[in-house]
Amino acid sequence: MIELFKNPNYDFIGKRKWAYIISIAITLIGLGSLVAKGGLRYDIDFTGGTLIQVRFEQPPTVAKIRTSLSSIHLGESIIQEFGDNREYIIRLPLVESVSSEEISRRVQNALSSEASLGKFEIRRVEFVGPQVGRELQLQAVYLVLAGLIWIAIYLAFRFDLRGGVAAVIAVLHDVVVCLGALSLFNREFSLPVLAALLTIIGYSVNDTIVAYDRLRENRGKSVPKGRTFAQQMNDAVNQTLSRTILTSLTTFFSAAVLLFLGGKTLEDFAFVLFVGVITGTYSTTYVAAALVVDWTLYVEGRLRRGKKAVAKA
Amino acid sequence: MPRHLRVRIGLVLVVVAVSLWYLYPLKSAINLGLDLQGGIHLMLGVEADRHVASQTDRAAEDLKSALERKGIAVKRIARDGNTAIKVELASPQSWNDSRTVVAELSSFDRRDDDQAAGTFRLVMNDRRVNQLRDDAIRQGLETIRNRIDQFGVSEPTITRQGADQILIQLPGIQDAARAKALIGKTALLEFKLLDERVSVEQALAGQLPETDEVLYGREVDKQTKAERKIPYVVQKRALLTGAELTRAEVSADPNSMGNWQVAIEFTSTGTRIFGEVTEQNVGRRLAIILDGTVYSAPRINERIPGGRAVITGQFTVDDARDLAIVLRAGALPAPVVILEERTVGPSLGADSIRQGLIAIAGSAIVVFIFMLVYYRLSGLIADVALGLNLLILFACMAAIRATLTLPGLAGIALTVGMAVDTNILIFERIREEMRVGKTPRAAIEAGFRRALRTIVDTHLTVMGTAIILLSFGTSSVKGFGVSLFIGLGASLFTAYFFTRLLFDLLYMGRRKVDAISI
Repeated sequence: MIELFKNPNYDFIGKRKWAYIISIAITLIGLGSLVAKGGLRYDIDFTGGTLIQVRFEQPPTVAKIRTSLSSIHLGESIIQEFGDNREYIIRLPLVESVSSEEISRRVQNALSSEASLGKFEIRRVEFVGPQVGRELQLQAVYLVLAGLIWIAIYLAFRFDLRGGVAAVIAVLHDVVVCLGALSLFNREFSLPVLAALLTIIGYSVNDTIVAYDRLRENRGKSVPKGRTFAQQMNDAVNQTLSRTILTSLTTFFSAAVLLFLGGKTLEDFAFVLFVGVITGTYSTTYVAAALVVDWTLYVEGRLRRGKKAVAKA
Repeated sequence: MPRHLRVRIGLVLVVVAVSLWYLYPLKSAINLGLDLQGGIHLMLGVEADRHVASQTDRAAEDLKSALERKGIAVKRIARDGNTAIKVELASPQSWNDSRTVVAELSSFDRRDDDQAAGTFRLVMNDRRVNQLRDDAIRQGLETIRNRIDQFGVSEPTITRQGADQILIQLPGIQDAARAKALIGKTALLEFKLLDERVSVEQALAGQLPETDEVLYGREVDKQTKAERKIPYVVQKRALLTGAELTRAEVSADPNSMGNWQVAIEFTSTGTRIFGEVTEQNVGRRLAIILDGTVYSAPRINERIPGGRAVITGQFTVDDARDLAIVLRAGALPAPVVILEERTVGPSLGADSIRQGLIAIAGSAIVVFIFMLVYYRLSGLIADVALGLNLLILFACMAAIRATLTLPGLAGIALTVGMAVDTNILIFERIREEMRVGKTPRAAIEAGFRRALRTIVDTHLTVMGTAIILLSFGTSSVKGFGVSLFIGLGASLFTAYFFTRLLFDLLYMGRRKVDAISI
């Protein structure tokens, strides 16, 4: 029998102060990057605009593409290599009073008038008008909120107040880490990324539920003598450690395969899953469980102080 | 074999058989999204208010001639906003006479009477406005459907979305630009007389009679490809429009080598009007205008009785063919704008399918090997269950005619990693029960029973978010939600029910079980 952990007994909860520092640091780095870069980089799904994916027969240079586009006053467009050195993505801002078909026609003409670019194929055109972009922005916010509310409702139903709040904070932590990572690695927030984020919201609480259930199961069986609440939580985390790690690992495998083999179009989406699975596993122990412990200690401490005060009087 | 086992085996076999039946033949079973098979997705906004405005214009014109027929002189009559007409009588004395004429306009309400000045406003009532807006969208939809049918696209989707939007999906289109031009063209064909009393220079300097307007023609130089705009002064009033058209055919332009033209034929009413117009205006020039652009302005040499005309321009054969299509299908009652477009070329679609399948296969292989190495025989059982899961997943997508998109493929790849979570939860629990000294059979029993609650939790949380994704309007996100939801749902059956069945067959039938390969 292969076992990843044989009767693990790591002192996770004891080291939670360090974990808090790490969590806060990572969150701050992510938020810092978001602030420094003026928010997330949104895909045209949300900003509106035109995206044209072109495959050239010969590898072109960005400068040449830019020159040909400046002939139609679109030299300021964002031009990026996409996947390999023959494939490029051109992002054009929204141009008032020019229809999307007109823009893609002009781009096609401009590219073919630059003879040195050689033959090319337009493989994808996406145009999102300002109205649709605004609608999608709004819907994206609703979607994330709906996901968080769903998790909060589910946990309220399954857990007590402390566990529920701690788990929701852990999920929020994961969302912030994912968004921070997107910003740090200059990736774009697109519709598929939104889907990935929502999946992480649903997936990340799973391990938390498993660990917290174990804590309650243990406490329900027999009141353990001489073990503090922190130790009991640590036991629960250790007892469920192998399944937490293993279930995350298989999902992590899938996310990794998607990231490295899934193609350029889904890269940002897979990236969020990749980061989300890692942070989701981490946050089970070091955010959710740790917060429940500290909350409980705080409440017990106040009770004790209250009793002492009563005894003195 | 105990009866309950036979029933369970039977159920699994039925599920497999039904799945295979839905998936046969594989090629047509799965509905591929436009991002995978290539094609155009267009969201059009219908500017329905423009239809309302043009109907208001028409009502104003009708009112003017009705008043004039009664001998009531009108100083000014003009559209005010989209839905109102402002009327100014030449003299307030005719106020009372005008009232009877106006009363006949049933869809307008009279407002802001000022008898002393002889002015009033007519405002279209809301019912009529809504009806016109609705007409514009319904007719627009019908016209576009007609055009696409004539263009020849297999299995197009053309549906109304929300209040004033039209969703068009054209799978497998090669020439996207041409299809878009065909769909988006208003195709309003008008015949208007040139006003040759006013020179173009005067008109451009602002000396334009109220009844005239300046429209432009386009000319492309064959050598330099440079476009030149030629201004024309035409009368605003259209003598005849494309609504009176019965046929439009492509033919070679006899006067210009290599160019094509569209020959049109009018209805009987159109023929009569065309005959009268040409008879009364011999010697003048008649402009043929499509969507505000002058295509030609030939001089009328004599009365044209047969109701035939040709539209020339520097058309290629495709241009001419598309023009004939839009003329036959009729004009859009209101212009449309493209709100959203997603066009994917067939080669990119094929690449996406390949990459998606590689991701699924890669993910499946890694997970498969991992489970096998880590859990040995039990891992193999989980792997068989995973295979069954994928089978059911694809079959369900075929059964509900769900559309498989690239994010959908990603969702399947992800489902592979999540579906075995259920098995891991069960197996870890069994191992734990054995560690505390339970017999293999008791450990299996307890492992499945105790893991159930956790399994339900993990499924509900993720499937809940998948439902939220499903409710999202955009097809790419929806496709991901669908495959995630079905994949996880199927894993309840395969990873729990089916795995349990295999365990029971392996370990429950024999008399004595010493160890479990887990």
